[in-house]
Amino acid sequence: MTKDGALPKGFERPTVSASPNDSGVQEKYEEVKSSSKTITLRISKFNPEKDLRTAFHAFTVPYQRWTTVLDAILEVKSHQDHSIGVRYSCRQATCGSCGMIINGKPRLACFTKISELDSDVVTVEPMNNFPLIRDLAVGFERMFSTHKRIKPYVIREDSETNPGTKEFLQYPEDVEKYIQFASCIKCGLCNSACPTMTTDSTFIGPQGLAQAYRYVADNRDKGKDERLRIIDEPHGIWRCHFAGSCSQVCPKGVDPAMGIQLLRGYLLGYRK
Amino acid sequence: MSNIMRESHIMKIHYLTALVAVGFVIIHIMIRFTHGSFANSLEFESVIANYKSIPYAIVLEAMLILISVHGFNGLRIILLELKQGNAYENAVTYGCLAAMIALIAYGSRTIIMASMGMVEA
Repeated sequence: MTKDGALPKGFERPTVSASPNDSGVQEKYEEVKSSSKTITLRISKFNPEKDLRTAFHAFTVPYQRWTTVLDAILEVKSHQDHSIGVRYSCRQATCGSCGMIINGKPRLACFTKISELDSDVVTVEPMNNFPLIRDLAVGFERMFSTHKRIKPYVIREDSETNPGTKEFLQYPEDVEKYIQFASCIKCGLCNSACPTMTTDSTFIGPQGLAQAYRYVADNRDKGKDERLRIIDEPHGIWRCHFAGSCSQVCPKGVDPAMGIQLLRGYLLGYRK
Repeated sequence: MSNIMRESHIMKIHYLTALVAVGFVIIHIMIRFTHGSFANSLEFESVIANYKSIPYAIVLEAMLILISVHGFNGLRIILLELKQGNAYENAVTYGCLAAMIALIAYGSRTIIMASMGMVEA
């Protein structure tokens, strides 16, 4: 910072550049600027070991345009209620730890800004279709074991890491077939949004099926038949009703619903 | 059924029976529109007369089989999604299979008896 308090060149804060004629943008900006800059954060509190029912505790939290829901929860945890149970780690939508239901929709708390929710009340709840540990933290055991079951690695006899072997080369079009599915961070939002998972406790789920497609579509992999056999079971791929909610909520742009339909093509015989 | 066949084979049958059944239902509706009075088609004599036409009786038998197979497999799928567990799943699977066979047998008996003139108008 310079002596007069100005930020050095290149480090200035971004400003909203709305022209007076651009009424929509200007209105939105004025709304944010003139707001009280506080929201009511309603946090679902439930400890399975002590409580009989879920209670929502409301907190008033100050926020800025860049404040995320995770920031708000941590603000409450630091200054108002230390007992809130929440899981988080990277704060940059990479680790997949802070998935929760925010205003009724599964989202990553670190990737959701309060200002984009357009609401003075933000309600946070634990993800659906996962066993509750406490408050906002849920257990991922089932998802991880399903993920493991579909063998999430390249299966083949030879290796590209042994001495004297070469890297398995792929053309860009080969990579294109699966690369979006490799972006999965295992946050579980797709499983939380899946209507089949609500009633079918043994359904593989969109996360596992999308990862099965990721490796089936990889031309370096030789485990296609093995994986197709794993997902071709009464609670496997055929129980997907193509609601598409998994793809709607994925914070990384993965489209599990599409992966599932493409996988069905292999099983129905019109994809090789 | 899943113990007998792979789920993908069951689902192929499921999709195929739906598609073929739609074709047969279209034929059935076309026949109803083109032969005789549509308003009187549900009269007892009219129904019995339909069964006496062998090609039409075959269409009805095919519809019975296709819709039963598709419907009972659909019911099995819905029930499997509602609850899980080995004993329950086996009961649902074999129960649906038995109900399907019973319905086809009873329906076929009716079609055969009516087409052979064992049911008097």
